[in-house]
Amino acid sequence: MADQATFADQTMDLMPSLYAAALRMTRNPADAEDLVQETYLRAYRGFGGFQEGTNLKAWLYRILTNTYINSYRAKKRRPDETDLGEVEDLYLYRRIGGLETAMAGRSAEDELLDRFTDTEVKQALESLPENFRMAVMLADVEGFSYKEIADILEIPIGTVMSRLHRGRKALQKQLYEFAVEHNIAARVPDDANV
Amino acid sequence: MSEPKSQCQDALHELYGYLDGELTDDRRAAIHRHLDECQPCAEPYDFEAELREVVRRKCQEQVPDSLMAKVRAALADEQSQA
Repeated sequence: MADQATFADQTMDLMPSLYAAALRMTRNPADAEDLVQETYLRAYRGFGGFQEGTNLKAWLYRILTNTYINSYRAKKRRPDETDLGEVEDLYLYRRIGGLETAMAGRSAEDELLDRFTDTEVKQALESLPENFRMAVMLADVEGFSYKEIADILEIPIGTVMSRLHRGRKALQKQLYEFAVEHNIAARVPDDANV
Repeated sequence: MSEPKSQCQDALHELYGYLDGELTDDRRAAIHRHLDECQPCAEPYDFEAELREVVRRKCQEQVPDSLMAKVRAALADEQSQA
């Protein structure tokens, strides 16, 4: 049993990551703020059911995603899972990965990827269909394990892995569009042998 | 013993499992050894690891003070009703 009196002390530090997740889910600051507030209220009311010593961050994320699915997603049509298309493995590496060797070494590669702006990376993530976006965000931004993501989203681990696999490739494809805009990369047709 | 070529295939196949920290200790060590001696495999690993770091870093957000205040007020309100 967790004590409600300690709730704020234990959870306030987690708000930046919950707010970031809420923004990626709702894609709208006003909805994201409402979602975070609702999450904290529900979590506070249910805190007696939280087992001390288990993963508090994952528990809060589960409430966040449930609240989102019940309250916000209902407004929109069901997300379409079929519109991702097929993207090859290592999509971005095969197109811009070789460029850093021409730029002398490892630090050049860091600099290359650093040219994506915060806004572009957020846009690329937000462009993914919802199921893929949630999985990629939980793994790549928040660092949750497959098992934790499976628990948060209430889906099997195999589904987590396949959403990550496809979602990450789609994210790379979107980032590549920005790389072309920055003249980091020349446009290569999808069917070219690269 | 597997042939070098299949070691490369295994390494690429397990790239995300490795970066996600989801491999067994044995597989992790085997991949690590392979990457130490195989530059063509180490390059995409470095690239993907760096990309992951860039995505993580660039998706951080600052919580608006107004939101922090609203949540604190809502929790205090809830507490006073209990």
